[in-house]
Amino acid sequence: MSTLNSPNMSAASPAARYIGQSVTRKEDQRLLTGHGQYVDDVSQVGMLHAAFLRSDIARGTITRLDIAAALALPGVYAVYTWADFDGVFGEAWHGMLGEMLQVPPPLAITDVRHVGDPIALVVASSRYVAEDACDLIEVDIDAAQAVVEFSTAHLDTDHLVHGAWGFPSNAMVEQPFTSMSPDLDQTFADALHVVECSVRQNRYVCVPMEGRGVVATYSQGRDELDLVCSCQSVHETRNFFSRYLQIPEANVRVTARDVGGGFGQKMFVFREECAVVLASKLLGRPVKWIEDRRENLIAAPHSRNEQGVVRLAIDDDQIIQAITIDHIADVGAYPACPAVINPQLLPGPYKIPRLGFAMAMVWTNTMGKGAYRGPWMFETTAREMAIDHAARTLHLDPIELRRRNLLSAADLPFTSPGLQEFSEITPLETLEQAIAMLDYPAFRAEQAAARAEGRWLGLGCCVYVEPTSMSGPTLATEGATIRVESSGKVVAHLGTTSHGQSVETTMAQIVADTVGVAYDDVTIVQADTQSTPYGPGTGGSRTAVVAGGAARRAGEVVRDKIIQIAAHQMEAEAADLEVVNGAVSVKGTPARSMTVKEVAALAYRFAEQLPAGMEAGLEATVRFKPTRFPTWSNATHLCVVEIDPDTCVPHVLRYIVSEDCGRMINPAVVEGQIFGGVVQGLGGVLLEDFVYDANGNPLTTTFMDYLLPTTTEVPVIEIGHIETESTTNPGGYKGMGEGGAIGAHAAVANAVGDALAHLGIHATSTPLGPNDIHALLVAAGHG
Amino acid sequence: MSTHDISLRDVHVTVNGRERAATVEPRKTLADFLREDLGLTGTHLACEHGVCGACTVIIDDRAVRSCLQFAVQVDGSSITTVEGLAPDGELNPVQRAFMIEHGLQCGFCTPGFVVSATALLAANPDPTDREIREGLSGNICRCTGYQAIVRAVRRAADETAAAR
Ligand code: FES
Ligand code: FES
Repeated sequence: MSTLNSPNMSAASPAARYIGQSVTRKEDQRLLTGHGQYVDDVSQVGMLHAAFLRSDIARGTITRLDIAAALALPGVYAVYTWADFDGVFGEAWHGMLGEMLQVPPPLAITDVRHVGDPIALVVASSRYVAEDACDLIEVDIDAAQAVVEFSTAHLDTDHLVHGAWGFPSNAMVEQPFTSMSPDLDQTFADALHVVECSVRQNRYVCVPMEGRGVVATYSQGRDELDLVCSCQSVHETRNFFSRYLQIPEANVRVTARDVGGGFGQKMFVFREECAVVLASKLLGRPVKWIEDRRENLIAAPHSRNEQGVVRLAIDDDQIIQAITIDHIADVGAYPACPAVINPQLLPGPYKIPRLGFAMAMVWTNTMGKGAYRGPWMFETTAREMAIDHAARTLHLDPIELRRRNLLSAADLPFTSPGLQEFSEITPLETLEQAIAMLDYPAFRAEQAAARAEGRWLGLGCCVYVEPTSMSGPTLATEGATIRVESSGKVVAHLGTTSHGQSVETTMAQIVADTVGVAYDDVTIVQADTQSTPYGPGTGGSRTAVVAGGAARRAGEVVRDKIIQIAAHQMEAEAADLEVVNGAVSVKGTPARSMTVKEVAALAYRFAEQLPAGMEAGLEATVRFKPTRFPTWSNATHLCVVEIDPDTCVPHVLRYIVSEDCGRMINPAVVEGQIFGGVVQGLGGVLLEDFVYDANGNPLTTTFMDYLLPTTTEVPVIEIGHIETESTTNPGGYKGMGEGGAIGAHAAVANAVGDALAHLGIHATSTPLGPNDIHALLVAAGHG
Repeated sequence: MSTHDISLRDVHVTVNGRERAATVEPRKTLADFLREDLGLTGTHLACEHGVCGACTVIIDDRAVRSCLQFAVQVDGSSITTVEGLAPDGELNPVQRAFMIEHGLQCGFCTPGFVVSATALLAANPDPTDREIREGLSGNICRCTGYQAIVRAVRRAADETAAAR
């Protein structure tokens, strides 16, 4: 199902031959045949291998650290502890986050603050020997009571996560209640219904199939660092290590040819990367570190784990008059970034006129928080679970309740009480499309019939609006350099660092259409700081809009120059010429033409024949900034589950997404992003749960305990598209990489909740796997 | 056993039709042997404990997790890795179907999936959708939500059947 709303196609739009098509990917040939180049596939002459000794105590003081036996092991080149790194490095901050948020020290200094805290780094002839040596390090830790439960951590002044640094509280940030609306209290006082709902979202994590890794090669003689890493931003990694090593940016080269997934986890620089870089610098040898799965699970940034009490004021027409949240998030011991709820977005795509919020971020002795696909998304989970809860409590239809309150295209532009300015979105329209795809009345009839037979069927809904291509430090722009080579082939250098987003494909589609050449004649070069323009990284659903805008603008300059050269050569009017499939011809008279290759020959080899005053060569560099921020996209998710009353196992029967990401560059890529995000959100409700015990010991450190969705738990996902073009960028695109993961969590949780509702159960916390469902049944007297 | 007097062993195998030999520690996994000693880095490691399937190779017609075998255990065997599925760059039907259906994103799980699916279709050329899903349930992908992977294996099966 697909509709296209195209109010603003400019006359200058390139003929769309590739944009809008699911062309096959440029990445696939190498990746399908085993010839990708991920970080672990890279070797350097003289390369050594690193392994970390990590704390298995969540909180405690290091009382003894003896590395003698490890150092004596044949094949061991070095064993580093904090003392070796102290004073060897400079500034440790990331451009997007600023100087206030320092990457923690590369190794623990005097105390450990979470299980997995790195204590020592062994560098040896192989990873096998490095791990052997880790076993020979003797470390004594005087363990103290760990802070694990986050919802009360800020009240605990006896056990302080960062007490050694003099922080008197476990609250990293505590923002008292802020009302965005003067009549908020009065609205709640006057409301016919006030519904309160406590929502808790569990800790589940990115789990890219490729863990983190780095090959650091420091040349002591040249003071240059060559870094191959598994990251989402080569340029910010370069800038970081320039500051960290106090050498010019040009002395640092960072590349990341293929990256095996990131989902936000690899957006920033890790302390482990710092340690490996320092080891390479001190040893003067290339050092490789490839984390294993246990390290990725316990020591790569964690995510979600937030809770909030949501209050809704609802009047007698089912109009939601106000929404508030009292929120708290766990950021672990060393957060990689403050990735928590954006409370300004709490009203989401609804016309709710009043808003208030309090928020807090607390430290605990657990792995620190990082970004995960829609890092701010607890606003969606909290609101959408609260709306379902309100509908159940007030005996309203949850779809009708949403329908009465959602924004539709006719309500725009609209400024929310969180001061978000919405335009070019279609929340109500996606709800109606999704409901039509489901056949809502038929579902409710089926559900009632199933209940009569003792079968538990449930429907969950989630509607959200997603801020994509945001501004903020580093994020507003992308650069592109597009060059027609003397062969007539086109190469585009972009600032992106793809980790699965098909950037080489979608950007080549834009370049091919804009310049007017064949898709097969375009090559995208990215993720190499030595040849590409600066880009802050692939993340935040910004590539299509921002990098796509840069590719389009640079392509236009190149196309115009091709036309100028050809017009001069052909003695034609530039306005009469077009470039299509590698040939410049007079519109309507294709016989009068010359090839782009012939134009390129003039530009490089026979420059004396160019028009007077024209610069030789055929390339352009553009830095693009969208006309405003963010670029909004939106979607509705519907999920149908059936819970087996005997085993409590929830089965997802149907999953429907109706989404509006503007004009689609490549529908297969769009749908692939949605599929992947949905399954991550679904996994986080039904299977995935990262668990610590009361002492801060992680209990889910393998794929036998941390359960990921597989082919047998995942339904067929049905997608409907509404394409409302955005005017923030010339292509009409909107970001959409994160939406699937944003919408799925609440949709799946609400479906389980609906399936259990007739038993008097209010499920407002996740996870909701079989054990959790069983516990809810027992608590409700159905055990 | 102390770690520095491990006796080395010779391993002789046929990999992708070529005879290869190397001298390795007995504790070296088959996956590390393929990647480090033979330079075949298409076989990926994503868990090293037998759950994710990224390291799947075919040994004597059976799909095997190369992270759970030692190189010395496969001495004398015939092994096919992902690099051997398209010896001249000509994709096999599974690989071709993955390309057409957009069955990969980051590509890290992909070698394991295409090797597993190739072995699955060799053993069961006409699988039901259920059999495809069950046959691939030992492989984990974090990017695709499996939608296009399942479609790709269906397509490969159907196209192979049509060509027979
Ligand atoms: S790496 Fe072998 S099964 Fe995961
Ligand atoms: S394509 Fe990335 S893990 Fe499968």
